Amino acid sequence: MKNYDIVIVGGGPAGLAAAVSAKKAGCDSILILERDTELGGILNQCIHNGFGLHTFKEELTGPEYAYRFIQQVLDLGIEYKLGTMVMDVAPDKTVTAMNREDGMFTIPAKAVILAMGCRERPRGALNIPGFRPAGIFSAGTAQRLVNIEGYMPGKEVVILGSGDIGLIMARRMTLEGAKVKCVAELMPYSGGLKRNIVQCLDDFGIPLKLSHTVIDIEGKEHLTAVTIAEVGPDRKPVPGTEERYTCDTLLLSCGLIPENELSRAAGVEMNPVTSGPIVNESLETNIPGVFACGNVLHVHDLVDYVSEEATRAGENAVKYVNGAEAEAGAAGGNATTGAAQAEAGGNAEAGRAHVIALAATDGARYTVPSTINVDRMSDLLTVRFRVGDVYKNSFVSVYFDDERVMHNQKRIMSPGEMEQIVLRKAQLAERPLLKTITVKIENE
Amino acid sequence: MEKRELTCIGCPMGCMLTAIIENGEVTFVEGNTCPKGDIYARKEVVNPTRIVTSTMCVVGGEKERVSVKTASDIPKDKIFDVMRDIDAASVSAPVSIGDVVLADVAGTGVDVVATRNIHCR
Repeated sequence: MKNYDIVIVGGGPAGLAAAVSAKKAGCDSILILERDTELGGILNQCIHNGFGLHTFKEELTGPEYAYRFIQQVLDLGIEYKLGTMVMDVAPDKTVTAMNREDGMFTIPAKAVILAMGCRERPRGALNIPGFRPAGIFSAGTAQRLVNIEGYMPGKEVVILGSGDIGLIMARRMTLEGAKVKCVAELMPYSGGLKRNIVQCLDDFGIPLKLSHTVIDIEGKEHLTAVTIAEVGPDRKPVPGTEERYTCDTLLLSCGLIPENELSRAAGVEMNPVTSGPIVNESLETNIPGVFACGNVLHVHDLVDYVSEEATRAGENAVKYVNGAEAEAGAAGGNATTGAAQAEAGGNAEAGRAHVIALAATDGARYTVPSTINVDRMSDLLTVRFRVGDVYKNSFVSVYFDDERVMHNQKRIMSPGEMEQIVLRKAQLAERPLLKTITVKIENE
Repeated sequence: MEKRELTCIGCPMGCMLTAIIENGEVTFVEGNTCPKGDIYARKEVVNPTRIVTSTMCVVGGEKERVSVKTASDIPKDKIFDVMRDIDAASVSAPVSIGDVVLADVAGTGVDVVATRNIHCR
């Protein structure tokens, strides 16, 4: 098997954008490994529109957005393998994968970009009581059946969870002739975009039942009915509020989980809040040369942000490969003493490096990245985070140690939407003693 | 005078809007926090439109379905007419992004175009 400088695990929006940017940054040895039979990832089944408003200033459907990047990958002659499952990423960046043509093969990569995306939370993780009949799907599975395969999962539908995929599928099933009886949401607010609630539910008179959950599932062979009940502030069902809905289909849209089996096996340190890798300003994990971007890093609300983030990961991977080569060249030229000096030099530099930790408190749940090496950051660095509740007329505050340096009022923040702050390199460079940057939500 | 209650989709705030309609025209909007709400309510009350996205049957393609959309927005009350016509139609492979797969759908004057490429089987 050929060797490659950069191996990208996943050919969805993150992997594609990372590949394009790495190629444009001057790397000619890139391989994308994709387990599906085509590039584009989940966008291929997201046939609704609303993608790309930030990136392309127009509203595209998922497949169209994906193709903008696929076209670039093809035009730039970037290599990719389809139907290829990555089995292992070793800490030394050896990638083991398999497919029908090549069998099992290994690639000793110089840098690896993790772009595996995320998976839906399944029924087994939701602890819904009741029988286990056919007719229960994750919303994304139903989306694939309807939009790619052309099958309708059922005719009478109840949806649990008001994430965007659930809302989009409520409309999609309705358009294809199904009766969507209601969308139940455990939380007192929807996790989906307002626009989707209006255009996917209100347009078709589908009720959204906030603070409700499924408490029983009926049906031996196939689903026949579900029971929904209101939940109290403790999120436990309130007796006497039960409503029974006959249905043949239950769709679950109850959250997305980054798919990090490969990352964990490689020894990548994880953030328990995002379920994604802990990364620095370069989107690099604790393993030098292993980068992460897109939904495998943290679940995004808009694909535009995935593309932007992945573009940075691609550029940084090229910098890493070039840096490693320069180091190897210097070491080789000066024989053993040179190598020793290079190592000493590297350590000395590490000792001087100004690394700042990022913390999220008081309503801010996490930040990506988690640390910033000031010397390595770009002039402007976007830090993304999510809030844990709905906040109206509150402030996003940024503290440099104990000093508040940013205090921006936002009319509304909700857990369904990503927030961001932008840090300037100059601002950090002039504070050599700065240890921690804290992002928090304040009422005043 | 008629009143219509709406939820603004301009941002996650989701302002509850009330539009006052006189002689088929919006004369007053309240409940909005910013100008977006006013613009949205006036358009949504007088002439609500939507882009419809769906899939169409493909003959002789490497996939069974091709994703499609209306090339521009269509009147909201025509959504199901548009869906009926898309479901009744089929297209032969190959199909490229932007190809018109159904012209003047449901008498709206709007074409249905492909949103992905389908190669021949």
